[in-house]
Amino acid sequence: MDAVQRLAEQEVRRQGASRIHRLQLRIGSLAGVDPDALQFAFDVVMAKRCSEGATLDLEVVPTVCFCSHCRQDFAPRDVIYACPSCGALSAQILQGRELELVALEVS
Amino acid sequence: MCGQCGCEPAPIATQPRRLINLEQGLLIKNEGQAHRNRAHFHRHGLLAINLLSAPGSGKTTLLEKLVATWPSPPVGVIVGDLATDNDARRLKALGARAIQICTGDRCHLDASLVDRAFSQLDSQGMNLLVIENVGNLVCPTAFDLGEDLRIAVLSVTEGEDKPLKYPALFKSADAVVINKTDLAAAVAFERESALANLRAVAPQAQLFELSARTGDGLGALQSWIWEQLVPRI
Repeated sequence: MDAVQRLAEQEVRRQGASRIHRLQLRIGSLAGVDPDALQFAFDVVMAKRCSEGATLDLEVVPTVCFCSHCRQDFAPRDVIYACPSCGALSAQILQGRELELVALEVS
Repeated sequence: MCGQCGCEPAPIATQPRRLINLEQGLLIKNEGQAHRNRAHFHRHGLLAINLLSAPGSGKTTLLEKLVATWPSPPVGVIVGDLATDNDARRLKALGARAIQICTGDRCHLDASLVDRAFSQLDSQGMNLLVIENVGNLVCPTAFDLGEDLRIAVLSVTEGEDKPLKYPALFKSADAVVINKTDLAAAVAFERESALANLRAVAPQAQLFELSARTGDGLGALQSWIWEQLVPRI
């Protein structure tokens, strides 16, 4: 959350803006971030600053793997990344580790 | 002024609302430093290992054995703990060059902490650097420290299904060590089930079964680490 705040406030200054109204974050399902905990941290950290009252939009990115046998992407059903076509286990994770500040709405 | 970030209070919205697209990684600072650490370690001819586990899995005992039996001593060690320098003292007594990082309330090491600790370490004549992370199976997973290898430790007392409960860490590991095999019978450890879970969750990882306390099975892990180092020499 510190990184979010640092990046956001830096951007607000750079843009000559004075308030943050909305923050959009992209969180991979493998990024180790619990959305509820993140919302709680957001409310605490962003209060009483130029972002007081700002809303948080969370985009959760599902995990996608690659099966090297079938040469195709697949969305694993659980923590065991087995290809639905051939059953082979995959360790090639194409998405799901994202932790990004996507956009800011400021004025 | 809010006194924190230098922003103005906004009694009147002087500017229209606008959307700024950033698409910026939150860990970008850490990733940059990790990249510099990796290059730095390589210039010093070091193989760097990030050792991860839950608290009490036996990371420090495993490190003690690795330090004491490594074929080309000394081994460099950076140890992360919330408090105390007990681990660094234990390792120094065995000939390691050890630096303790007390993280306070931080639950993981990051690349900047490792960079600062490494600058205090004399790396002359060393070819192995082991970074013992804070005991935690969640947060350290996301932080690249600049290591070449990630080794996760799971002890038999923690249960066979830990890899299913904390998949992200095991999926990021190059090797997984099942430790405390000398206690397996006492805790009715179901070896086959644990191995099956690990192979399913972390098919990329090399698996080692050992007892750091008795030294049983340690040779295979040590040989594997040595093999990862050899292309460097």
